[in-house]
Amino acid sequence: FRPCPIATVARRESRSHAGDSSCASLAMAEVEETLKRIQAHKGVIGTIVVNAEGIPIRTTLDNSTTVQYAGLLHQLTMKARSTVRDIDPQNDLTFLRIRSKKHEIMVAPDKEYLLIVIQNPCE
Amino acid sequence: MITCSVHSLCGILLPGVIRTPNKGINQQELNASTEVGEGADEWTLSKTLLKPPDQLELTEAELKEEVTRILTANNPHAPQNIVRYSFKERAYKPISFVDQLAIHFSLDGNLLLRDSDEGRRQSARIDLAPVASTVIEVEETEVKEEGSKEDIPAASAEEAAEGEEPPSHSMKEQKLTNQFNFCERASQTFNNPVRERACQMEPPPRATFSATANQWEIYDAYVEELHKLEKSKEKEKQKPLVAKKEDKLRGRKLTSLESQSDDVTKVTKAAKIVERMVNQNTFDDIAQDFKYFEDPADEYRDQEGTLLPLWKFQYDKAKRLAVTAICWNPKYKDLFAVGHGSYDFMKQSRGMLLLYTMKNPSFPEYIFSSESGIMCLDIHNDHPYLLVVGYYDGNVAIYNLKKSHSQPGYKSSAKSGKHTDPVWQVKWQKDDLDNNLNFFSISSDGRIVSWTLVKNELVHSDVIRLSVEGTTLEGPEGLQLQTIGCGTSFDFHKKIDSLFLIGTEEGKIYKCSKSYSSQFLDTFDAHHMAVDAVSWNPYHMKVFISCSSDWTVKIWDHTIKTPMFIFDLNSAVGDVAWAPYSSTIFAAVTTDGKAHVFDLSINKYEAICSQPVVAKKKNKITHVQFNPIYPIIIIGDDRGHVTCLKLSPNLRKMPKEKKGQEIQKGPEVEIAKLDKLLNLVREPANKPAK
Repeated sequence: FRPCPIATVARRESRSHAGDSSCASLAMAEVEETLKRIQAHKGVIGTIVVNAEGIPIRTTLDNSTTVQYAGLLHQLTMKARSTVRDIDPQNDLTFLRIRSKKHEIMVAPDKEYLLIVIQNPCE
Repeated sequence: MITCSVHSLCGILLPGVIRTPNKGINQQELNASTEVGEGADEWTLSKTLLKPPDQLELTEAELKEEVTRILTANNPHAPQNIVRYSFKERAYKPISFVDQLAIHFSLDGNLLLRDSDEGRRQSARIDLAPVASTVIEVEETEVKEEGSKEDIPAASAEEAAEGEEPPSHSMKEQKLTNQFNFCERASQTFNNPVRERACQMEPPPRATFSATANQWEIYDAYVEELHKLEKSKEKEKQKPLVAKKEDKLRGRKLTSLESQSDDVTKVTKAAKIVERMVNQNTFDDIAQDFKYFEDPADEYRDQEGTLLPLWKFQYDKAKRLAVTAICWNPKYKDLFAVGHGSYDFMKQSRGMLLLYTMKNPSFPEYIFSSESGIMCLDIHNDHPYLLVVGYYDGNVAIYNLKKSHSQPGYKSSAKSGKHTDPVWQVKWQKDDLDNNLNFFSISSDGRIVSWTLVKNELVHSDVIRLSVEGTTLEGPEGLQLQTIGCGTSFDFHKKIDSLFLIGTEEGKIYKCSKSYSSQFLDTFDAHHMAVDAVSWNPYHMKVFISCSSDWTVKIWDHTIKTPMFIFDLNSAVGDVAWAPYSSTIFAAVTTDGKAHVFDLSINKYEAICSQPVVAKKKNKITHVQFNPIYPIIIIGDDRGHVTCLKLSPNLRKMPKEKKGQEIQKGPEVEIAKLDKLLNLVREPANKPAK
């Protein structure tokens, strides 16, 4: 596969995209960077990206924890979203924060994906 | 048997409906009844005397005759005079007693006694009863002691103690077999093997489908429909365009790419939100301070205020570059742009343009880098995504935030009239008559240039050429050489569009108009060193402020040649800015790392807040800007850091309302406030002049 045409991206993408358009690879690089920054941020324990079926596609935690978080939070987010939308169909869920004694779980749903970040805010 | 005979008598009283076996009478009487009235209330009608036509005509006496009737149990059909021949008397004699039994109905049942011959035969055939029958038969043999045929085989069956079959076989007619020479011969046909043949079709493809029909699902469906309609309308409009084909191809490519893999790019928005959330958690206390903290000590310090440090913005790659310009976005009040470059003549390197948001203090939202240091920038009021930037090498460029390129959309060049010296300030103007974007730039090469974006190109036109007055030199061939003045800052009047001020390196401030290109309307001998910033007061139309490296900040009335107020800050003043919420408050920053906030209505001679705001002493503060709505200021220093500070309540004092009076708000109040102050100052200043 061809290397990405943008000079700012130093490493090659692991997935092969034949006929990649420059916009897509630039966007991907940006997102990758953002996710890396989030992971490197103070207090962040882990990040998980979950797809629409509840299957985690990216994670920085171990497998069993990831699967557990993904499954449970996926259901909770669906419930929260349907609650918000039932009250007003023009409204939509932006994010969900669950603060517990030990840490805080932040869930940001997107159209097809779910981004979960676990942070310890007191560190 | 009871027999009754009924004799019909004379005329009978008939109600409307009659039921008699005589059909003929029925018909007539029915017809008669219909004549009389409807069926429902026939009985209510008066009882009319109806005579059947063949009724016997009897006389009165006969009618009254009483007839007795006797009920007997005699069978009327039984003969009463049966005779029988009696052989004894050799004559027929009547029988005295005749049988009166009349059988009206007889039905033969089909129940059989089980023990009767027929019953036994039937039960044997059914084969259910044999066990019972054997038991019964055993009883029978004991009871009856009969030597019938059935008993022997039954007893033998009992002895054999087998199942039901032998007795049933023996119950059937026995086969007479030859006792001596008999062999059973039987043959069986070959049973064809049974082969199962079945044919099964492929079941039709099935998929389980489940969905919920919520209010929002319905809403989503409608919105999608709307989008589709809009798109189809657009496509219809753009059919003749060839470019559409390219778009379609690109669109197809992108869609095929997206469907191929679990694209992480779709998480962009969510990732951004989460990053901000994570930052909010980390900087939670600062965010709370920003929103809610009001220094309580300000109640006791009447004439002083403080600046509370909030966030500090910095970017790795801009660490060694000084902040040369900062500007708040007019639309998104939490977004600001920072230009990086270098003020040092000897050390010139690249430049950066970063846009930060207060919601994410750890990383800039937009990053642009350039080869030359950025010296100034401005954001368009109506198009908050357009930034104009002036470089150290004299170029100007326009960046479009909506596009994802890291390069400016339009850039000037040596051909298109770039400045020959660093551009110190750029400012957007209102769109010109053709609705083209328009901005001004000022540079040390003495030119003030108006740039217009015409059909994707920057077109320049010199507005004014600065020259230092009184320094015309005689050149070698009698030419008049004019020393070119160096412009360092300018500011346009808020209301009078064509009026603007220019600050120069010589320390003079010129009041100019866009319409007069060669002459200045007025000149002020402002400072001894270069004028770093000039700024009109946001409320008062006549007042402006200027600051310079000669350690002073001066406030002027543009009709008067001498300054109204002069403030000495003990160090070169980098920048000065008016507060957007009050006409008497302004902030100034100096190269010794201090920020000064003045409120003329409280203290005309001193700052009400003088606070060092940067960590290291050698750090010079280069720029300051007030946020349009929040009570914060941002300060840029020459290490590349931007610090955000909150103004304490004393620094934001509004004029006190007197009891009973309405709270007056609005620019008029501010203007009046400043006027009052100016009048105090003006008169003593005017007196010596007189």
